[in-house]
Amino acid sequence: MIPRSLFITISIMLVLVVALGFYFRRMQQQAYELEPAATAALPVTPPASGPTENVTLYVADDAAGELHPESAKIPLPAGRQQRAEELLRALLRVYQQPGAVHPLAAASDIRSIYLVDPGVAVVDLNAAFADQHRSGIMVEQLTVNSLVETLAANVPGIQSVSILVEGKPRDTLAGHADLTQFFDVPTVSHVVNGQ
Amino acid sequence: MAGHSLPSSKGHGQGTVAWFSLEIGRWRKRRQTGYRLAEVPSITTKKILALLLAMLPLLPEATSADERQLSVYAPVATYNVPIQERSGHEYVGLLELLEPLGRITSEASAGRWRIRFDAIDAEFVPGKTRARVQGREADLTSPFLVENGRGFVSVASLGTLLPKFLGSPVNFHESARRLFIGDVAIRPNFRLETDPQPHLVVNFAVPVNPTISTEPGRLRMVFKHDPVVAPENPTSSFDNKVITQATFSESNGVAELEIAATIPLIARFSNNAKTITLSAAPSVASANSTVPPAQGIVTPATTSPLPPTAQAPSQSAPANPQQSVNRPLAVVDPAHGGEERGAALTDKLSEKDVTLGFGRLLRHELEIRGFAVLLLRDGDNTLTLDQRAGAANAAHAVVYVSLHAVSPGNGAAVYAALMPVAAQNSGTFRAWNSAQASALPVSRMVESAIASELTKKQFQVREAAASLRPLNNVVMPAIAVELAPGPNGISDLTSASYQQKAAAAIADGINTVRDRLVGQP
Repeated sequence: MIPRSLFITISIMLVLVVALGFYFRRMQQQAYELEPAATAALPVTPPASGPTENVTLYVADDAAGELHPESAKIPLPAGRQQRAEELLRALLRVYQQPGAVHPLAAASDIRSIYLVDPGVAVVDLNAAFADQHRSGIMVEQLTVNSLVETLAANVPGIQSVSILVEGKPRDTLAGHADLTQFFDVPTVSHVVNGQ
Repeated sequence: MAGHSLPSSKGHGQGTVAWFSLEIGRWRKRRQTGYRLAEVPSITTKKILALLLAMLPLLPEATSADERQLSVYAPVATYNVPIQERSGHEYVGLLELLEPLGRITSEASAGRWRIRFDAIDAEFVPGKTRARVQGREADLTSPFLVENGRGFVSVASLGTLLPKFLGSPVNFHESARRLFIGDVAIRPNFRLETDPQPHLVVNFAVPVNPTISTEPGRLRMVFKHDPVVAPENPTSSFDNKVITQATFSESNGVAELEIAATIPLIARFSNNAKTITLSAAPSVASANSTVPPAQGIVTPATTSPLPPTAQAPSQSAPANPQQSVNRPLAVVDPAHGGEERGAALTDKLSEKDVTLGFGRLLRHELEIRGFAVLLLRDGDNTLTLDQRAGAANAAHAVVYVSLHAVSPGNGAAVYAALMPVAAQNSGTFRAWNSAQASALPVSRMVESAIASELTKKQFQVREAAASLRPLNNVVMPAIAVELAPGPNGISDLTSASYQQKAAAAIADGINTVRDRLVGQP
């Protein structure tokens, strides 16, 4: 014969275990729902500060298969490296607008740019930039040319550009454009201007 | 429809056999020389070796079964399909068989396997010999099979089944496993001439590219990719003491012409590889009279015979440059493949599938213009970019063409490598990443010629430079073509006629600069 007090204690403990189980499951679901929202958010980048300047963005046009120079006024910080980063972020905003003629994913971003003497720029893209980029020789090459030419036109002294993804070398942008090589600025400029 | 393919990395089976033979050889040698006490194998080892030896006679049969193939010759493509044996009957995959000939989709539901080939619907029931094609019943000689989602039909059914899909006559040489779709067959025509020396002239209606080998008393021409069929008489006897007989035979997807002669012969290609002249080898000829040295000679001593049981193209031997010495060699590289799908053109269509069909068509178009072709990928296998460049460079080809496909856009784009022309390669060796530099001016010439021919065929064309590997690793003139949809949208990319129009334009473009390509250092 089980004592009545023991029976009541065990019953209460069982109810508590079941209730805690439900509680933990609910907490787990909430955490799961919150997680994608956190990763999908754009990287937090402090707004650029500094005087507004005229720059030339080389914007890709898929239909024409070429780049068009477009003037823009953007605030640029004083540092040369920060200026280069803001420049390419301004270019990305063009591609991320609805109806862009060369659309890039909304989560695409420039993580950072390193300017290395003599005349080397290392552009570090985020993973979404490459992973969500459309695949094809032309669309990938237009993106690369656009980045290289925009940098070269607005940051004097850049002679070659290397592109990394998440700080690491990557074979291709999205299956075609070779990212293992340095892009020679005069060669790219010759192609862009002679197109 | 001759062509060569890069040996794939699927030689595991042969490697195993070679290793096994080596081990058996070592074991026999050690038995002959005797063992030291410590080396005497245990009873278990002996049993294993005995078991392996007992299995040895089974290996050739297993290997030959693996190599069974069906050769398909059609106006748009020439290709091989592997044959599987099930319950004593030979089967082929229906998707593999029809894919190069048109657009095909399949689905399995409710115990039925349905396909749509161009505008023709067909329904098969696994285990049954009755099928429906366009609502009409069709009988199969053996039950339909489905394995891993893929449908298989018996080889013996193809003669009656395929015309229902293709709407064109099908001539099936079942015992030889050769399938001719439409009017593609080529009959050789023999003409024996005796002045100044006996020589046999073999004419074909279109260029051919046989593998040639010799052995005492005979010269063999093996046609692996040419739709060569028997002349009126499979055996032609000649009233000549030197060249006595020509015999045609065909088996396992391959045709063979055997020329019997009392002296060693050489083969000489001419007339854009439509004519092969067989005459006495130089040493014999010089002993008798003066036969002018000919260009494009295949010397018997240097050619290697191939087994008559040819493997699938992706596993066949690479081109022997001497076999096509007067036919410039072009390398056609269908981009991506295997694990690398390339761009997703639609939910179900991958770039790698389009480039493969496109590559086969380009091979055909180049061949009928007198080029020998090395198709780097003739199946769904993975090749690295370095492997592609290495194969092209080793082949000493005159041009390299990389084929791509893309869903947005319109028409086609032609690319040369994006690299400084001034990239230097001094001395014998060339830097891997700038190997293309010295050939870049000619690459751009090829690019312009192809763009011009595409424009003539009403393609919207764009010329550009691209940082696309392996263009910069290739020493010969190299271009890439990216095919985009035409006026009919994405369906154009799988349309044989659209691809063939593009392939013909590319081949025309290459042919217009042929002299410049052949004159490359």
